[in-house]
Amino acid sequence: MILEFVWTHAPALLVAIPLLGAFLCPVIGKISRTTRTAWVAGIMLVSAIVAFILASRVLTEGTVLYSFGAFDPTLTIPMDSGGIPIRIIFTVDAMSAFMDIICATVGFSAIAYSLSAESRNSGLEGYYTLFLLMVCGVFGMVSTGDFFNFFVFLEILSMASAGIIAYRVDGGVAVEAAIKYFVLSSVGAIFVLFAIGIYYGQYDALNMAVIASRIQWSTLDMIALVMLVAALAMKCGAVPMHFWTPDAYSMAPSSATAFLVVASQASLYGLFRVLFTFYNVTLNAATMGWIIIILGVLSMVVGVTMAIPQKDVKRLMAYHAVSQTGYMLLGVGVGLAVLGNQPLMESFGYMAMSGGVFHILNHALYKGLLFLTAGAIFYRIGTRNLNKMGGLGHNMKWTMIFFIIGALAIAGIPPLNGFASKLMIYESVFIFNPVLAIIAMVVSILTLASFVKVFHSIFMGPQLPEYAGVKEAPPSMLLGMGILASLAVIFGLFPDLVVTTLVNPAVHALTDQGAYIASVLGGA
Amino acid sequence: MLWNLPYLAVVIITVIGLAAILLKKNLIKMMLGINILQSSANLFLISLGYREGGIAPIYTLAPSTHMVLPTPQALCLTSIVIGLATSALMLSFAVIIHKKYGTVDLDQIRRLQG
Repeated sequence: MILEFVWTHAPALLVAIPLLGAFLCPVIGKISRTTRTAWVAGIMLVSAIVAFILASRVLTEGTVLYSFGAFDPTLTIPMDSGGIPIRIIFTVDAMSAFMDIICATVGFSAIAYSLSAESRNSGLEGYYTLFLLMVCGVFGMVSTGDFFNFFVFLEILSMASAGIIAYRVDGGVAVEAAIKYFVLSSVGAIFVLFAIGIYYGQYDALNMAVIASRIQWSTLDMIALVMLVAALAMKCGAVPMHFWTPDAYSMAPSSATAFLVVASQASLYGLFRVLFTFYNVTLNAATMGWIIIILGVLSMVVGVTMAIPQKDVKRLMAYHAVSQTGYMLLGVGVGLAVLGNQPLMESFGYMAMSGGVFHILNHALYKGLLFLTAGAIFYRIGTRNLNKMGGLGHNMKWTMIFFIIGALAIAGIPPLNGFASKLMIYESVFIFNPVLAIIAMVVSILTLASFVKVFHSIFMGPQLPEYAGVKEAPPSMLLGMGILASLAVIFGLFPDLVVTTLVNPAVHALTDQGAYIASVLGGA
Repeated sequence: MLWNLPYLAVVIITVIGLAAILLKKNLIKMMLGINILQSSANLFLISLGYREGGIAPIYTLAPSTHMVLPTPQALCLTSIVIGLATSALMLSFAVIIHKKYGTVDLDQIRRLQG
């Protein structure tokens, strides 16, 4: 009975549960600390379970539709509406399900981690409220099939993220980072709103499938595309709009940083959705593909070169996050550049896109893991400065093991998950343009070099006298890190399984514009 | 030509807003720039939704069944509410910055670098 209810209403519950949980959190928190902890962990666990149920439904039955307020949730076009979906519709296809799984996994690990990582701070009701709102925002952004709804969830996400970045005021520095992030996201969101206005003015619709079915590639569409690409690339931290990333990632509490990675990937999802589902072959695929590739290559190179001289461990990791975003843009950009050319798509386009999309999942796992290990070190020794660390391998063995897994995964060393997706990107991009593949490999080597340095300065060397009494991180932090680390290893050992069950359906859902339109509007 | 005047106003207000965000050195003035930009987006939505001689969809009072779908107005309302939340959050950030740094000059709010 209850399972059937969840099965039917999963898309609505996915947003409703974290939203309700977030706003009830301050009330529940009044009772006692333990109830609040149980409430937050319970809400996140239930949302994660709903996300997995929804994903399994999508992967078995195909695209799941949910019209809000309709008598029958699958009825997208009411009888008397003249063939226009007037309700807000959630369209969860394989790509959305893929992002839901990422959000659920990383969200759960980060919440489990934060239960002890944040336990020493005050004002935790606000912290968990903002965290659950971020979860709600990401779930909404990736599941919605209505473009204005996308904007609303984007704003929920950026407001909650800005709040959580500023949460630990830290003499005002964290607030400075939050201002930087929030000004950029507000301006970006306003441009998304302008683009929504342009689409609505031309096509009288807010539903993504209707816009996609009517898109013309007129001058106004080009303006809308430029606004959306600029705004969403800024939100996902691609060079040259990356300057908020190191500040925001380094100043936010570590568990929130791990989730901020997912938040920027939700914007990346929005970017891919706009490019592939809205425009698809109507846009000049080669030009747009090359723009995305250049954004990607710039992000890879600038990110890694900026990372090498950093002294603050989280700032360094944040620059690596910029650099890894470049791989996703590169892989998907190559797919976009040959879009519409079926033989080329078959020979390397789909593979490049699979690599790029698979890298989103892998990046969320290992980068989340790395930020959590950095947080564990900060929790125990109270500094993020690499020059002041050393010899922690003697005391924090598990943290060290998790750090090694994360560092080797980000550098693309087999048998970890980063290698699996990077290999797919190298192989396919090499056929497209060898120079790009060589740049990608060089960036990987630089990443490895940078992490070897970080590993050495944090964990190696003799035990320092000031850290003699340092203990291992608490169990719930190890649990959060352990989930991500074991997934990173499993995905590295069995990449084929993940690629065939999750990634390939997601890529085909992205490239097949006709199927997306047909799922909402019906017909062929 | 006259029909395009609202859109011309949108462009002018957008440019003023962007100029305030990019050029002003005062944190509060930069935040006002974002508010101006939001207003231009609202004006854009409202001018898109205007239909000459249109009838509001209030079924009991409408003289005919041809009514204007009020989606742009609904979007605009939502966007105003979001704008309110944005301003409130940004101003609270400005309060903390002024308390901790003792200034709202953007040239001096530069402790994060590298």
